[in-house]
Amino acid sequence: MAKHGLGGIAGIWLDEHAVVKAAAKTRESGFVKFDAISPYPVHGMEEACGIRRSWIPYVTFVAGAAGLLSALWLTWWTSAVNWPINVGGKPFFSLPAFIPIIFELTILFAALCSVGALFYAAKIPRVDPPNIDPDLTSHKFAIFIPQNDIGYDEAKIERLFKDMGATEVKKLAEY
Amino acid sequence: MIHRNKLVLGDKDLKDITEDICAPIEAYPSKGWLGLLTGALSIFIFYVIILGIVIDKGMGLLGVNHPNAWGTMIVTFVFWIGIGHAGTLISAILFLFRQKWRTSVARTAEAMTVFAVMTAGLFPLLHTGRPWLDYWLFPYPNQRGPLWVNFRSPLLWDVFAVSTYATVSMVFWYIGLVPDFATIKDRAKNKIRRAVYGALSLGWRGTAKNWSHYEMLYLLLAGLSTPLVLSVHTIVSFDFAVAGLPGWHTTIFPPYFVAGAVFSGFAMVVTLMSLVRIGIPEFKNYITLDHMEVMNKIIMTTGLMVGYAYGSEFFIAWYSGNPYEKYVFFVSRAFGPYAWAYWTMITCNVLIPQVFWFKKARRSIPIMFVVSIFVNIGMWFERFVITITSLSRDFLPANWGNYPWTFYDGAILFGSFGMFLTFFLLYLRFFPAISIAEIKPVLPVGRESKGVH
Repeated sequence: MAKHGLGGIAGIWLDEHAVVKAAAKTRESGFVKFDAISPYPVHGMEEACGIRRSWIPYVTFVAGAAGLLSALWLTWWTSAVNWPINVGGKPFFSLPAFIPIIFELTILFAALCSVGALFYAAKIPRVDPPNIDPDLTSHKFAIFIPQNDIGYDEAKIERLFKDMGATEVKKLAEY
Repeated sequence: MIHRNKLVLGDKDLKDITEDICAPIEAYPSKGWLGLLTGALSIFIFYVIILGIVIDKGMGLLGVNHPNAWGTMIVTFVFWIGIGHAGTLISAILFLFRQKWRTSVARTAEAMTVFAVMTAGLFPLLHTGRPWLDYWLFPYPNQRGPLWVNFRSPLLWDVFAVSTYATVSMVFWYIGLVPDFATIKDRAKNKIRRAVYGALSLGWRGTAKNWSHYEMLYLLLAGLSTPLVLSVHTIVSFDFAVAGLPGWHTTIFPPYFVAGAVFSGFAMVVTLMSLVRIGIPEFKNYITLDHMEVMNKIIMTTGLMVGYAYGSEFFIAWYSGNPYEKYVFFVSRAFGPYAWAYWTMITCNVLIPQVFWFKKARRSIPIMFVVSIFVNIGMWFERFVITITSLSRDFLPANWGNYPWTFYDGAILFGSFGMFLTFFLLYLRFFPAISIAEIKPVLPVGRESKGVH
């Protein structure tokens, strides 16, 4: 199996509030590359880890605008330029009648591109993702510090995690 | 302070939630489920055969003919599309309104949406009469000119609206499922299950950075689905309202159709949820009577809106002074050959849901089940009444003619339930029917505060 990533050290918690505190403490201790793993989005975790607001809305906006313009171009070019047909004496470029099409394509582009952006941001789909503990998708929480982080010291981190109430500390060859 | 009832009963912890929701997927199927699936699958197979015959012999097997060019296929299409709307309302609109109770019913309601739209989507494709040429519905460069589709036609708007709706609601549903698939994969004891759910979970890991993007995407999709769902039934109503027929050509149609769609959709959610609560008793702790009561309130409210629309149509027909409008409502619809259908609709949609004024009725599973069935029947008849009464008697009596209902009309209506229920039963067995990752954060609602916050 190819090596997925760097080794490091992970602490495991059983309580949502404890892991948020531990994440804040880890950040205060000067670590920057750590990540928290949880079975569901934990309230306050983004602030504790110092994660910035997601950039996906920008993708949504640009894709929505692209969808709107493409639909506008499609309806105009097909109905008024490429093969204009007189339908009931209506103008070739009947904008009000094209609005439903333009609206639907705006939504379609925006939604699909936003999902694509999540795939890119979360690096999915991914075959055989590394797994610290199978219960991390059920009822346990973890903080993982990779070995290339600033001030990485296994003994120190283990002590830090234990002090913060970690029930288990795992050394990982790769994650 | 207003006391909030618990959203999850039975003092569950995180592990219990995972186990309760995964249990139906990991256990050997029960006899009851197998029995239901056999029944549904038989109806589905019957449906496929019937559709095969209709495609082979042609649309003449149905009652569609002059002057009723639209019949069972279109009526049932609007019926199923409407059913789907409640799922998107629960998953997107209630999410934007921060209604936490939605979490335990959202997944199944969305599944209902996806399957209802799949069931509905077949009808217009088959109604064209030559489904092998259905790719003509889309604008693609061709060698006939190129001859493009007519973007001024509401029927084409419908192609775009329904296909966008089907795509976006499927994607929305799937994105919600991804973290739960990862949970099932991590719990899997056998290799095949691990591989299948691993592939479905797309390698989801649940890091804080991933969740941050994920929650943002969920919010965006909810924000996009909300205007989308309103647009879909609006555009379906344009199929009728843009035509110049008396009884169709009214501006009330878009809000009237959207309210009716939500009404019928919630009735179907209540029907299905009552059955899910019987089939998987552990889910009673998640889909509580409080949830059912809230949905019954929505059914009653939207039922009143629909009733208002029925009344408003009569008023406008009279107020417009248009003799054809007046004829359709005051003679043909209420007292004509389809009066039985009209009064079935009024009874099922306006009168029967009034029992929900009483709290006892709102919280009684047998009562709400029966009412929801009546609403489903009534809403099918609403579309039948709208479509057929206007087409069968429009302007000149020489053009009049009733809809000659055939065996195939009935078989298609009946069979479509087999298709829907087959998908729904398979979903209950193979997919987590309650969102595992979404229900956990709402666990503290209504519980004694432990002083952590």
